[in-house]
Amino acid sequence: MSIEVIERYCKGCSICVEFCPKNVLEMDGFIVKVARPDDCIKCMQCELRCPDFAIKVHTD
Amino acid sequence: MAYDYEKSLRPGKLPHIWCPGCGHGIVMKGLLRAMDTCGLEKNNTALVSGIGCASRLPGYVDMCTLHTAHGRAAAFATGVKMARPEMNVIVMGGDGDGTAIGGNHFIHACRRNIDMTYVIMNNFIYGMTGGQFSPCTPTGDKASTTPYGNPDPTFDISKLAIGAGATFVARTTAFHATQIDKLIAEGIKHKGMAIIEVLDDCPTTYGRRNKFRSVVDMMKRLKDMAVPVTAAGKMTAEQLEGKILTGVLYKEDKPEYCEQYAKVIARAQGVK
Amino acid sequence: MAKKVALMQGNEACAHGAMYAGCTFFGGYPITPSTEVAEVLSNELPKVGGKFIQMEDEIAAMASVLGASLTGAKVLTATSGPGVSLKQELIGYACIAEIPCVIINVMRGGPSTGMPTGPGQSDVQQAKWGTHGDHATIALVPASVQEIFTETVRAFNLAEKYRMPVQVLYDEIVGHMRERIEFPEAGELEVINRTLPSVPPEQYKPYDTSFGDVPPLAAFGSGYRFHVTGLNKAQDGFPTTKAEYVDAEERRQVRKVEGEVARVQIESNEEYLTEDAEVLVFAYGSTSRSARYAVNELRKEGIKAGLFRPITLWPFPEKRISALGKQVKAIIVPEMNLGQMNLEVERVVKGSCPVISIGRVDGEPLNPGQIIAQVKEVK
Repeated sequence: MSIEVIERYCKGCSICVEFCPKNVLEMDGFIVKVARPDDCIKCMQCELRCPDFAIKVHTD
Repeated sequence: MAYDYEKSLRPGKLPHIWCPGCGHGIVMKGLLRAMDTCGLEKNNTALVSGIGCASRLPGYVDMCTLHTAHGRAAAFATGVKMARPEMNVIVMGGDGDGTAIGGNHFIHACRRNIDMTYVIMNNFIYGMTGGQFSPCTPTGDKASTTPYGNPDPTFDISKLAIGAGATFVARTTAFHATQIDKLIAEGIKHKGMAIIEVLDDCPTTYGRRNKFRSVVDMMKRLKDMAVPVTAAGKMTAEQLEGKILTGVLYKEDKPEYCEQYAKVIARAQGVK
Repeated sequence: MAKKVALMQGNEACAHGAMYAGCTFFGGYPITPSTEVAEVLSNELPKVGGKFIQMEDEIAAMASVLGASLTGAKVLTATSGPGVSLKQELIGYACIAEIPCVIINVMRGGPSTGMPTGPGQSDVQQAKWGTHGDHATIALVPASVQEIFTETVRAFNLAEKYRMPVQVLYDEIVGHMRERIEFPEAGELEVINRTLPSVPPEQYKPYDTSFGDVPPLAAFGSGYRFHVTGLNKAQDGFPTTKAEYVDAEERRQVRKVEGEVARVQIESNEEYLTEDAEVLVFAYGSTSRSARYAVNELRKEGIKAGLFRPITLWPFPEKRISALGKQVKAIIVPEMNLGQMNLEVERVVKGSCPVISIGRVDGEPLNPGQIIAQVKEVK
């Protein structure tokens, strides 16, 4: 399981950071960073809400 | 498993043109999931839009895509659908495009009940031209052309669509990401004119003029505004003040336009 | 076998010409004096499985035909001056996106509502310059009921061949007059269909100039997926602001009609007694019928008058008018406007002879007497 951030697409809106229920993500300047991957519960909220196709949650 | 959006996108077109935090990308992802759910064939699906930020959407999608003139999407789409009724026709656009310059086409497409799905992304503003007020800008709000507050009354797009004769009308918001694809999919499956209004955020030209400090603030407002239509019945008028109803607002079965015209052809050809 | 003949109105002949050309889609909006075109097609199209739709306004009518054309249909709309004013936005769209379509303009006066039931020729410059931006124009100006039929067929052919809007302009007189018409047999007139791509879908580009100045156009729903936009675009159909692409595309879209080879194929004129003419009358549409009568009368009196009648008005017959300008003593340009094509004749003859306008805008046809008097004045 991994969270992939496609940095080239990320515009730094921070929607994913805000709506992650487990506080897995944080902003690193204008780009999102996967800060606490082990806390991820695969709810997919970040991937669903990212307007920029910049986050993928790989569950296998 | 990460959702495979790439299979529906034209290669090399991302990142898209929309601003950081603009909900159009969220709606687009919902649309792609809905088309996938419905099993729409790429070669047999036309995606039609007008002018404005939202109308840039078709350019990214690997289908038959038609980016028309300001407001004219529904009228072009009507031509596509009439000429080739076997095609799935989906119209995308914004509130200014669809209800101001395209208002006449919008209501008449609804009236005909022609089989298409119109996803209207209502972000309360003309974004691409820099934030002028639209027919959907709330009264009193600031826009680049309402520096003293908007004096205009506001369109309720869903009510407009129901009044004009659309036979499937639903509403959600860019916050309610999972509801977007469900409602669009239901609209695609509906035989007749389906309007899906998605309340959306424009942080760049609407948010900053109207005291939203961040994209997240705007998303939270969309979340707070929404009341599922199924829950509204149990709420008082006071509780519903300032809220908007979401979900399927209207649905009925009525003769569809292309089917009606097929009967015209049969009569003209003397088929009893 | 005797040909099928009928006594028919110009607007009806137009509708039958469209059917002959293979039109399968009409989108329109009611307007005098063109409405009969729509009425006949609402009756005829469904008989062959074609589609007729009356849209909510003129702009929507134009939009619907462009949408239908992109699915491969041969499409038509019919209107009058005020309707064409509204359609200009999407005529421009059809130019830049290169979508074949035919627009019938049954001309009345103007500006604005003007005199809806009177004839005019007031839209001949609008046809060329009505929409914004640089673009090529093809406009045909038939002068009889028979010619409305054949020119409507030719308009479809040109629209399909050059992948663009083609306008047919005729005044209310020819639109509403009834004349004998002989219907061409099937196969007698050439019918051209647009060039479809020869490459597989994955290689297709909607503006691929390796096939010449008119790239093949695929149809939506035929297995080819592509993007159509009104923005400046590159050969792949996607928007671009790169100067070299924008420039190349704009120039190609003008050249495909105004280039030397294309002009020869598109231009169509009738010359009557021009060989030895000393005074030339340049006239089109119903006015050319008055002009022909005037020329005959003048000849009886020994005055060497001749008639040049453009059937293709745009692109303008520059070469021939320039040559005639050097041959004759004067060119008289009678028209039911205040000198719109007179301007173009003046531009082309570059002062080699006087060019005299006879304009009439009172809702009455130009009569031969006016032309005869003017010719005698210069003689």
